[in-house]
Amino acid sequence: MKYTLRVWRQNGPDDRGRLVEYTVDGITPDMSFLEMLDVLNERLLLDGDESIAFDHDCREGICGMCGLMINGTAHGPQKATTTCQLHMREFDPRKPITIEPWRARPFPVVRDLVVDRSALDRVIESGGHVGVHAGAAPDAHAVPVPKPDADRAFAAAACIGCGACVAACPNGSAMLFTAAKAVHLAALPPGQPERGTRALTMVQTQDDLGFGGCTQAGECATACPKEIGTDVIALLNRDVLWKVD
Amino acid sequence: MGRKAVMAVTGIVLLAYVLVHMAANLKAFAGRESIDGYGHFLREFLEPVFGYGGFVWIVRVVLLAAVVLHIAAAVSLTRQARKARPIPYAVKQGGYAARTMRWGGVIIALFVVYHILDLTAGVLNPHGVPGEIHASVVAGFSRWYVVAFYTLAVVSLGFHIRHGMWSALRSLGARTAAQPAALAVAVAITVGFLSVPYAVLLGVIR
Repeated sequence: MKYTLRVWRQNGPDDRGRLVEYTVDGITPDMSFLEMLDVLNERLLLDGDESIAFDHDCREGICGMCGLMINGTAHGPQKATTTCQLHMREFDPRKPITIEPWRARPFPVVRDLVVDRSALDRVIESGGHVGVHAGAAPDAHAVPVPKPDADRAFAAAACIGCGACVAACPNGSAMLFTAAKAVHLAALPPGQPERGTRALTMVQTQDDLGFGGCTQAGECATACPKEIGTDVIALLNRDVLWKVD
Repeated sequence: MGRKAVMAVTGIVLLAYVLVHMAANLKAFAGRESIDGYGHFLREFLEPVFGYGGFVWIVRVVLLAAVVLHIAAAVSLTRQARKARPIPYAVKQGGYAARTMRWGGVIIALFVVYHILDLTAGVLNPHGVPGEIHASVVAGFSRWYVVAFYTLAVVSLGFHIRHGMWSALRSLGARTAAQPAALAVAVAITVGFLSVPYAVLLGVIR
């Protein structure tokens, strides 16, 4: 199969950047989206052109490195799927595919489709951890955790930090990421001592980094490859407003 | 962060007012005495404490404060959002909440200005006599273009409430806030408000 692509090319952080059209042939329906880009890159290199830079690592949908805006949808049209797990059978060869990087002021473009997402690390550093000394690991049954709490923590902890929520948000907010990271701690006993200050500090850091504010548009949860729901945002807001510690 | 709480609390105050306003409008179906009498009752309400019309003015001041804070928070959050994405996407997707909340708010704000000049101050109303609510409503809504603008504003309000009510509860930390409940309130308010002008236009209310 043969596809027409419009790919964002940008030589570096200070380059203006532009969409460049390519055609790529020899694509099979079972190729992943990134393999399709690999095929294009091999051809570009053989022709003596610069290959297209894009982030990827595990290609198993668990590392959070890959992430492309495909036809205006973060990680492309398939729900609950990272870009690396997306296959070319999802795309109609008659329609051009537009590929852009994540767009947010705290995510500067490094090159082409690669953005610097270390702003998310700054949010974690500011409070997304347990800072009190909890001692050695206790016996597994020493601190009982109710099943619903464990489930909630686990669902939030599924976040791989890919940044699709930021990319999809009409406000460029990182609220789903921040909430997932705060709530997976707030749901469990070791997260209790700093719960209120953690929520407040992480949201404050997110604002200071230049992310937008949450208006509950819900685009983040639609884009999230790990299907984290906006209910974590309500839980974070509850801790920010009402939890004093 | 505090701006979202301001947005939510002022939104809830305004929503409570809009609900009472809509329910009171339905008195137009009960005839001239019912709705004109209600206007009189509101001005006499708590008269020994605040004097004639005092209660109405207190409500107006509270509403004005809520509107000002609501718009100020919205403007501030919109600015932050614009700054957070300096380079827009070439291909845009997105649900209706992302597209309609801000423009819907602007339409509602413009409508409220017109609405006050029309039916509160009576300046833009063909009848426009204070206290004669029924006659003013009938005179105003006998013109199709007024009903058309009113419809646009009320539908915008419905969309605004459908997202806003749910969003406000979420912002205040209610995890179980249900979207269907917000939809039901939005539909009730939209239908309630639209019933009076269309009843006038169709000659049911005269």
